[in-house]
Amino acid sequence: MTSDFSKMQNDGSLPDSTGHYGVYGGKFVAETLMAPLAQLEAAYLACIHDAKFLAEFDYDLTHYVGRPSPLYHAKRLSDELKGAQIYLKREDLNHTGAHKINNTIGQALLARNMGKRRVIAETGAGQHGVATATVAARLGMQCAVYMGTEDIQRQSPNVYRMKMLGAEVIPVDSGSCTLKDALNEALRDWVSNVDDTFYIIGTVAGPHPYPAMVRDFQCVIGREARCQSLHQIGCLPDTLIACVGGGSNAIGLFYPFINDREVRLIGIEAGGYGVETGRHSAPLNVGRPGVLHGNRTYLLQDEDGQILPTHSISAGLDYPGVGPEHAWLKDTGRAEYFCINDDAAIAAFHRLTRVEGIIPALESCHALAYANQLAPEMSPEQVIIVNLSGRGDKDMEALASISDVSL
Amino acid sequence: MAKSSRCALITYVTAGDPEPDATLSIMRSLAASGADVIELGMPFSDPMADGPIIQRASERALKSGTTLISVLDTVQKFREEDLTIPVVLMGYLNPIEAMGYANFVEKAAAVGVDGVLIVDVPPEEADEINTQLVTGGLDQIFLVAPNSSLERIENVCKFASGFVYYVSVKGVTGGKSVDAEEVGAHIQQFRQRLSLPIGVGFGIKSPESAGAIAGAGDAVIVGSAIVEIIEEHRLDLAVMQQRIESFVTQLRLALDSARMV
Repeated sequence: MTSDFSKMQNDGSLPDSTGHYGVYGGKFVAETLMAPLAQLEAAYLACIHDAKFLAEFDYDLTHYVGRPSPLYHAKRLSDELKGAQIYLKREDLNHTGAHKINNTIGQALLARNMGKRRVIAETGAGQHGVATATVAARLGMQCAVYMGTEDIQRQSPNVYRMKMLGAEVIPVDSGSCTLKDALNEALRDWVSNVDDTFYIIGTVAGPHPYPAMVRDFQCVIGREARCQSLHQIGCLPDTLIACVGGGSNAIGLFYPFINDREVRLIGIEAGGYGVETGRHSAPLNVGRPGVLHGNRTYLLQDEDGQILPTHSISAGLDYPGVGPEHAWLKDTGRAEYFCINDDAAIAAFHRLTRVEGIIPALESCHALAYANQLAPEMSPEQVIIVNLSGRGDKDMEALASISDVSL
Repeated sequence: MAKSSRCALITYVTAGDPEPDATLSIMRSLAASGADVIELGMPFSDPMADGPIIQRASERALKSGTTLISVLDTVQKFREEDLTIPVVLMGYLNPIEAMGYANFVEKAAAVGVDGVLIVDVPPEEADEINTQLVTGGLDQIFLVAPNSSLERIENVCKFASGFVYYVSVKGVTGGKSVDAEEVGAHIQQFRQRLSLPIGVGFGIKSPESAGAIAGAGDAVIVGSAIVEIIEEHRLDLAVMQQRIESFVTQLRLALDSARMV
């Protein structure tokens, strides 16, 4: 199966020519970044219509990442749940262990074509940082990854992996010391080094063209899943479920199904200790629109418009904003967004591990936990696809410390 | 800020740093020692265009309870004493959006704010807020960068009033040092397209660098270097004011002597 780039561009409508999805998105950045963003947009639009670039991207997805990723029928789990059939889109089997690599390959090839010798990235769980360090190593580029000090602590295996790959991991101890602060710092680096540096954003957030570009590189997930459903199951799925931090794995799965109106799209945010406690990462569920990191979207903010600290057991979902296209999908009602708390995510982790022999990333466990709730309400003829966006090896330490086990 | 042979001095401090009550005294010091315009930072939790010095100032200000309303209250108190020196608010869009554009503009105009610079609002996103600011009689100040094309600068002219803030280095506030010759050459290129005065800021840290850049634009903007003094003496307001006054006086002298050469 090829990635079929002719369908990579959307049906044409969004974002509009100024990078907006309805009222969301846009380019809310200081003047110094406007010229680099325009250059990036031009280079990106040229590449995605360039057969040579697309062939190279496809080749790398097949032979370096290992695509297509399987669509796996989790039969024992489905039987236990006594409801809809659960299928897992196995992004955890990708090289580097998560969906993040799809996007970093696309952006790194673009960076190389633009003549940039240095790439930078922000990372939360470390998956995007590892995926960036990996492609930088492969293309012989200099690489710096910004990571909050709190995340460095809870995702130490990934920190070590990035260093092994030759990346410099720069600790960020401003603000809440997590993903949003790493993003601020990466933006500061980019604005200071725009001439030779390419900023590889890891999610569908940031200023235009990032949300659209990252979506287009991640859409391979949904294109494969749609094709696999038709071949393996003989029909489209009834429901897609994906976790949403910034929302790149979710948009990658959802987007090719946008016009299949009968397919329900469900995004799951991190409920943390519970949205009622105020310690969560669920802007689409309980936030309100505002402007952060270059775009207008739903944000967790106080009455004065200051961004609130967030919490999630999974570092990859620990972010106060969300990609602007999700904000638009929520408002239009095309996608629905719910929360799963830390404890339910952990329970889903143990369940999948024991029942299917698959160790999922804590981020993906939020989507799994919701599938566990929803499946029994559906009939055995119905199909749910859960995006298993990453594997859980990186979370061993965090899980062990919750259970008071020392590794 | 009219164009004249004198190079104007624009001084920036973050409002509410180290605490809301200190700002009024600091503004008095700036005005008394030769500042022509006071730029007051509206603190934001995620100041992505600022370097560590102003980030820390924003964190101190927010921690001590500063809000957009308290910033406007400070301007109101300052205006009871000083009716002439222009006050420009500088910050990020989200706190303004949270207050509501119309509400913010009405209050800012009422307390005597002259202009507003919203760092993360380029001309492309300025329509809505600019309409409100114009209605309220406030200037909207825009940034122009070393990598802004002439086309972009013309775009800025559609919305800009008051003055234009020329970002003299590609980077964040308080970062790399400014190259006076390069800045002068670039400003010469677009000067005829702009009817507004040009203030030059970012990376001007000392009287020497201020003097060197004095010939390039109509005003010099100094921020992080003053905020650093505030940070150092944050526990002693009297000493802090003394140091600020002496530093700003030196900046003023450097600008005046540079223009006389």
